[in-house]
Amino acid sequence: MTRFSAFALVKNALNGQTGWSEQWPDAQPKAEYDVVIVGAGGHGLGAAHYLAKEHGITNVAVIEKGWLGGGNTGRNTTIIRSNYLYDESARLYDHALDLWEGLSQELNYNVMFSRRGVLMLAHNVHDVQSFQRHVHANRLNGVDNTWLTPEQAKEYCPPLNISKDARYPVLGAALQKRAGTARHDAVAWGYARSAAARGVDIVQNCPVTAIRRGPSGAVEGVETARGFIRARKVAVSAAGHTSVIMDSAGVRMPLESFPLQALVSEPVKPCFPCVVMSNAVHAYMSQSDKGELVIGSGTDQYTSYSQRGGLPLIEHTLAAICEIFPIFTRMRMLRKWGGTVDVTPDRSAILGKTPVEGLYVNCGWGTGGFKATPGAAHTLAWTVAKDEPHRINAPFTLDRFRTGRLIDEAAAAAVAH
Amino acid sequence: MLLIHCPYCDESLPEMEFAYAGEAHIARPVDPNAVSDDEWRDHLFVRSNVRGPHYERWRHVHGCARFFNAVRDTVSDRVLGTYAAGAPRPSLADLGVEE
Ligand SMILES: Cc1cc2nc3c(=O)[nH]c(=O)nc-3n(C[C@H](O)[C@H](O)[C@H](O)COP(=O)(O)OP(=O)(O)OC[C@H]3O[C@@H](n4cnc5c(N)ncnc54)[C@H](O)[C@@H]3O)c2cc1C
Ligand SMILES: [Zn+2]
Repeated sequence: MTRFSAFALVKNALNGQTGWSEQWPDAQPKAEYDVVIVGAGGHGLGAAHYLAKEHGITNVAVIEKGWLGGGNTGRNTTIIRSNYLYDESARLYDHALDLWEGLSQELNYNVMFSRRGVLMLAHNVHDVQSFQRHVHANRLNGVDNTWLTPEQAKEYCPPLNISKDARYPVLGAALQKRAGTARHDAVAWGYARSAAARGVDIVQNCPVTAIRRGPSGAVEGVETARGFIRARKVAVSAAGHTSVIMDSAGVRMPLESFPLQALVSEPVKPCFPCVVMSNAVHAYMSQSDKGELVIGSGTDQYTSYSQRGGLPLIEHTLAAICEIFPIFTRMRMLRKWGGTVDVTPDRSAILGKTPVEGLYVNCGWGTGGFKATPGAAHTLAWTVAKDEPHRINAPFTLDRFRTGRLIDEAAAAAVAH
Repeated sequence: MLLIHCPYCDESLPEMEFAYAGEAHIARPVDPNAVSDDEWRDHLFVRSNVRGPHYERWRHVHGCARFFNAVRDTVSDRVLGTYAAGAPRPSLADLGVEE
């Protein structure tokens, strides 16, 4: 693997770009591993990277049914922020944000992390009260978040319509300046490249069909389309498909999988400086470095594994975008797509051990787990390596749905993230 | 967009007339004090989240406003059949679906 550097760039510019090696080999599965990770999204690939780098565990395979990064990682709108309400969430997302800041250097791969700020609009009295509560809670947790007047919000994001008679009047906004976006594919690729360089096998086009348990009940390995692969430990990080895989191990999950859609416009010159979210109307937007407006909506109402959603939702989202940003009413949209997001009853993730020995799960990130990628991957690797949770993911147990110790961000935000 | 048949109005109508209401045939325990924490968790939070034929509740909010049940394939999103709330859970064969 070639290290990326200014020197390598110049050298390859002079030798006709012939000096680059492949980023990661297309591995064939071995008969046995110490750890098998199911799902090569950002979370699974990241966990493999941290297992190898921080815990010295390199006899690891990441097994992916399609192509790496082709799940929600490659379909998401890349909003990164950490201004969640509860202490548990603030710690987890802020841990991720800390890792995001050094990620390009750590991976020697440009993940294009951009701290352009995330602005959350308040449209009614309830929004104002709830966001101000968030701002205060965040400050107590050392998470940056500030309250802006409509005029200050407009100054931060000039395309915003703050007129008093707007369909969705802007009464103020919460701004997290440290928040922003990153390039989704690069995150998957960067982690894959780094994990593979440390000896991890990344096996693509190989669906895991079931988890096999031995006579004692402990995990023995995974059944796949290419045969049985033995493993001492299995970590399921399969987003929308987690229920199906865990079911095969006899663990029923508190999850429902919904379609979540996004779309992009034709590319235009830079005109939109930050990320804007409007939870009340379920629409959010940013501009990619290519110039496309990247627009996301809320989930469709029904569960589905189709990776598609309905047009009524897109219509609703675009209607809201046109009201809030009248300058975009004549913008043409290029593509829309959907992912399958796994949603928990309290809208917080499940990350930790399971009732099955040797089986770990990382799921329930729903509509907002891209921002958590480095943090989830880092704490998942820790949990698998040490067979006990890191203190940051310790509250995010599966058992909380039995004990009632929920982390109820659903009630706190009542929306997509 | 889904096309859903309301068993009461006896019409196939666009999804926008309906509201989804979650998995069907989940009965609330008659005496919540008598159930264990595990059973209460299963009732409140655990869902089958089927990849394939899913038994679910819908409400014809912009029509007759009544609840009914549907069986929908969650891979193709095709509604395989609908039936009145309170009716027994039909098999796929009952709905004329080949397995
Ligand atoms: C449209 C959309 C917009 C979003 N916007 C944002 C956002 O702005 N900010 C944010 O923070 N989050 C956002 N999210 C959520 C975010 O994308 C996810 O929470 C996050 O990417 C999850 O990462 P992951 O690695 O866990 O899952 P994935 O990237 O989905 O990886 C799971 C992998 O498991 C594989 N898999 C599944 N079943 C099997 C099997 N049986 N065998 C082998 N492999 C299997 C899948 O193919 C997939 O590649 C969005 C999601 C969508 C769909
Ligand atoms: Zn009706």
